[in-house]
Amino acid sequence: MARDGEDDEREPHLMVSGKALVKRFGGVAAVAGIDVEVRRGESFGFLGPNGAGKSSTMRMIACVSPRSDGELRVLSMDPETDGPRIRARIGVVPQLDNLDVELTVRQNLQVYGRYFGLSRARVRAKAVELMEFAELSDRADDQVEPLSGGMKRRLTIARSMVNDPELLLLDEPTTGLDPQARHLLWGRLYQLKQQGVTQIITTHDMHEAEQLCDRLVVMDGGQIVAEGSPSELIRRFSTREVLELRFPPGEQDGQLSRVADLAGRHEVLPDRLLLYADDGEATLEAVHARGVRPVSTLIRRSTLEDVFLRLTGRSLVD
Amino acid sequence: MPPVRRSTGTVVPTWRAMWLRVEGHWAWYRRYWRSSLYSSGIEPLLFLAAMGLGFGSQVEAGAATGGHEYLHYVAPALLVAGATMSGMGESSFPVLSGFKWQKDYIAVTATPITPGQLLGGQLMWLAIRLTLSGVIYGLVALTFGAWLRPGAVLVVGVGVITGLACAAPVMALAAATYDEGRRFVVMFRFVMVPMMLFSATFFPIEQIPIELRWLTWISPLWHGNEIARAVALGGADPLAVAGHGGFLLALLAGGVLLAKKLFYRRLVV
Repeated sequence: MARDGEDDEREPHLMVSGKALVKRFGGVAAVAGIDVEVRRGESFGFLGPNGAGKSSTMRMIACVSPRSDGELRVLSMDPETDGPRIRARIGVVPQLDNLDVELTVRQNLQVYGRYFGLSRARVRAKAVELMEFAELSDRADDQVEPLSGGMKRRLTIARSMVNDPELLLLDEPTTGLDPQARHLLWGRLYQLKQQGVTQIITTHDMHEAEQLCDRLVVMDGGQIVAEGSPSELIRRFSTREVLELRFPPGEQDGQLSRVADLAGRHEVLPDRLLLYADDGEATLEAVHARGVRPVSTLIRRSTLEDVFLRLTGRSLVD
Repeated sequence: MPPVRRSTGTVVPTWRAMWLRVEGHWAWYRRYWRSSLYSSGIEPLLFLAAMGLGFGSQVEAGAATGGHEYLHYVAPALLVAGATMSGMGESSFPVLSGFKWQKDYIAVTATPITPGQLLGGQLMWLAIRLTLSGVIYGLVALTFGAWLRPGAVLVVGVGVITGLACAAPVMALAAATYDEGRRFVVMFRFVMVPMMLFSATFFPIEQIPIELRWLTWISPLWHGNEIARAVALGGADPLAVAGHGGFLLALLAGGVLLAKKLFYRRLVV
């Protein structure tokens, strides 16, 4: 079994280990010195808004972008010198599908599998298995171009599995998909996790992060601002519940001073006021007791969105 | 602890990696070969019919054609000119698309295949296509009676080398192109077409004014045409052929090195 520090590269305990990792483009640091460790078998998330440095980090891990500074090991190898050997054992789902749209579903899988040194017989069998997995068997010999966005995304994920990767990198896997397609994909990713596939997922969708990630880091401006499991982060950085108050346009500012002291913390969003309290119901009663009458109110559990708001002062999805 | 997974992926040796790209192109080509065969194989044939037979019927064999009939004079050069045009064409928008629109280069370099191997595969695939269309052209030209000696078989090889020598720098250009590729249209108009017309494809270099002749000298197509005629018609100075070949190989090597550098710059950022 693996020990700390010196990992066996064939069976690493740490799938990814980065220390003071930096990526600069020109003078700008997209990733400004992060420490990150991903353990075997876990689903690890990078959560943050666009431009936070998530994709740059992913590209360094995928061995297609050399680091500007710091240390990085993927499968206990150095991406700088062992890029092809690392890439042989990982799967990549890019942010934008880059399937060969002029080929069929089956051909996309077979041709891609060959690049990993798999035999013809192997890719033929693997393509059948993966089309089953992606629920695309009935479109096997159709061209990719006219497929729906969800189908293309599923095919991209299936393609990334062609070499039975030990580590799967998913860059915003469900962005732009409808809820049904997202749930289907989440189900598939969970299935892969059960099979022991380590996953690294970037997303700016807190719901997705909560669904998929055992552990995640919140990134902002190239830095990691928090790390933990979704529930840990919520416990640490937010209250159990949140009371949302909506006021008619223009009245929010005036009402703020009347209720702000009712909660330990509050956030002002353009369209609503958030009061952080462990007991939302009691806080709402207190609001009403002061004669404040919002247009609508909502009591909900804290989410990663609230964590993000607390840590960065900004909303996750603009 | 979750189960231990072992990936089935391995790193393939460079030549094999390049060949796998050829396989990938083939998967596409065998669906679309008709249209692409037209542009690379049939087009030069139309030229051969129009220029060699049609226009050629008005040209008397003389000093300018080395004493040969015009069909025999123009046939080898048309093969090389066709290879040059498809080499440059195939290396412009299709290569840019790999980076920009289709993004298949990005997909491929996420696998163990490196950008250098990707480029090698692209050149290898082009070489195969140029060979194929050259052979088809050669066979049809044979039925026209365009070939005088068995050595003419080598014209196909000359076409491939010349086509690749012109293609490699264009691939480099494509790798350095981030816009919609308007520069290719400029290149077709102001480099490719003049090159085809003034590289002693249709008439000897002696007809070009001495002050402008340097433009022909730097044209890779002219060097290809000279070798092609040497092997197809015979009676050439081996030293001159070696010189022309050296020019083409130097251009090819320089183009490949530059393209490799720019492929890495584009794909590893």
